[in-house]
Amino acid sequence: MLKMSHLSKVYRTHLIETHALRDFSIHVREGEFVAVTGPSGSGKTTFLNIAGLLEEFSSGEFWVDGVDVRGMNDDQRSRLRNEKIGFIFQGFNLIPDLNLFDNVDVPLRYRGFNAAERKRRIEETLSRVGLASRMRHYPAELSGGQQQRVAIARALAGSPRLLLADEPTGNLDSLMARGVMELLEDINRQGTTIIMVTHDPELAARAQRNVHVIDGQVTDFDAEPPLRVPARDNDAVAAA
Amino acid sequence: MFAYYLQLGLHSLRRNPLLTALMVFGIALGIGTSMTSLSVFYLMGSDPIPWKSDKLFAVQLDNWSAEQPYRTPNEPPDQITYLEAKALMEAGKADLQTAMYKVGWPVQPENPEVKPFGSLGRATYKDFFALFEPPFKYGAAWDAAQDAEHARVVVLSKEINEKLFGGQDSTGKHVRLNEVDYRVVGVLDSWRPRVKYYDLTNGAFQDLDEFYIPFTVAIELETRPSGNNSCWSNTKPGWDGYLASDCVWIQFWAQLNSPAREAEYLAFLNNYVNEQKKLGRFPRPLNNRLSDVNEWIKSQGVVSRDAQIQVGLSFAFLVVCLVNTIGLLLAKFMRKSSEIGLRRALGATRRQLFTQHLIEAGVIGISGGLIGLVLTWLGLMAVRGLYADLNNVARLDWVMVLTAVALSIFAAVLAGLFPTWRACQITPAVQLKTQ
Repeated sequence: MLKMSHLSKVYRTHLIETHALRDFSIHVREGEFVAVTGPSGSGKTTFLNIAGLLEEFSSGEFWVDGVDVRGMNDDQRSRLRNEKIGFIFQGFNLIPDLNLFDNVDVPLRYRGFNAAERKRRIEETLSRVGLASRMRHYPAELSGGQQQRVAIARALAGSPRLLLADEPTGNLDSLMARGVMELLEDINRQGTTIIMVTHDPELAARAQRNVHVIDGQVTDFDAEPPLRVPARDNDAVAAA
Repeated sequence: MFAYYLQLGLHSLRRNPLLTALMVFGIALGIGTSMTSLSVFYLMGSDPIPWKSDKLFAVQLDNWSAEQPYRTPNEPPDQITYLEAKALMEAGKADLQTAMYKVGWPVQPENPEVKPFGSLGRATYKDFFALFEPPFKYGAAWDAAQDAEHARVVVLSKEINEKLFGGQDSTGKHVRLNEVDYRVVGVLDSWRPRVKYYDLTNGAFQDLDEFYIPFTVAIELETRPSGNNSCWSNTKPGWDGYLASDCVWIQFWAQLNSPAREAEYLAFLNNYVNEQKKLGRFPRPLNNRLSDVNEWIKSQGVVSRDAQIQVGLSFAFLVVCLVNTIGLLLAKFMRKSSEIGLRRALGATRRQLFTQHLIEAGVIGISGGLIGLVLTWLGLMAVRGLYADLNNVARLDWVMVLTAVALSIFAAVLAGLFPTWRACQITPAVQLKTQ
């Protein structure tokens, strides 16, 4: 699903060069739930941003779902991101003056679905996260856990094959965090690949595999699990 | 996606009401100011009779002094002498033609309840009505025979007919002008050419004439012009001396239906002047001119240099408003940087975000434009209140309405280009992390 090989990311100013990632290699197979851990400033978020095609890398090779992303222009990267990747952020990143329906609608608009298809997907994913009855509510009217569920619904609405989660429970209390984590595990069981960046060893322990990053390099990782063949249908997962 | 972007643009107007109000009002003020001056400027210079302006010609014959031109660098007089007017009318070489001048007479109403009042009219020939096509409400113009017979006939304007006859059909009735009774043969309907182009020597934006009488009658009654009169040599005393003088006080217009006819007519004028030179008149080199309506308006400086400067200044003010809008839009879009980063993360391309934000700027422009139109309307009302002679040109017509809306959208989109470009340079990763 995601493969990086000898990848590096260098931030340059006229004074210094900072190597955020160096010789970074990772292979995440379809259907895996991988936790990326490491101390602050180790390069976890840089990895996630490059994985989500939000940032460019300096050198190395990178494939998403078998597609080589090197040399892609902005349009191609945006399209690939929109079709194959979903994001969940620590700060939820909902648009405050759009209601839940319209928030979940955002990626679907850029995908070019017609109105009926968008409505069907929004209703299905909001039902799945248990918020179908609050479709016309605004984010400020929800708890943190509910807001993160909306963000998950938004990430799932486009039936992505890869879900990238950056500290998804970082802003939640333990009860809400548990609920969100259970939802992510359920999504993974349906076949969606998840890469989750976290500080929390307890959460990391719930992933199938841990990758530890220090100073922009993978220093430790569990063995890759045997290849699972999920025979999944993305739309069916979202609709489930 | 256009409908979605439009919806987002409208939504965004409500997001920061104060910022939005400042931007909209800034654009509205710029549009209001520039459109007020542009409307006046546009209507001052616009073609008052577009369907035939290229066939109507003001005639100029240079009978001025050998020592100096009528106006520098070498302009012939704007009007002609009685001798030339008489000769040109007798020759009748144009398809239609008229000599005319402005007269002022007291009107003595039959109705004792209406007090006598002064009135300005025009002594002209029957072709005046065919040349300039004022609409008739009742009756028609007098005929050639009545011109020749010096008939006491009159055509009234709608306004004076309202005053004297309560707006009724007054044809066949009599009006007493300066102690002489005239039979009403026609009453005009509303007639408001934006510019009084057929007599610019007496003010381009003055009120139109209240009555029209045969030129031959005014001459017979020794009626001096109430308009502009210029002489370069001494005149003999008396009315006959004035008629025989080199003083110019008569406007002359000809309708020439084709370029060939125009060339023929100019050749006729040149022949005429050459003949007059043999008699010791017309000391200056041949300098006769035929100017169609638009050339005439331009050459007579109807749109003054002051008006042009005023339009320039008002557009400079619009630019100031736009610079202000650029700053405000920049602030607005930068405040949205986390949303822009999020939309990028959710699959929006830079191009899509660029379009979205340009449409948002366009929505602000349309809002500013609509309020600007109201300000323009108020501005033009103020101009009409301050300058009565601009009553006909300080008006908002549909061309200006469309121009205002188009200008405001263009201005807002122009102002939005830089902030939009900046917004699209946002690195989504940074914005998403820092939110």
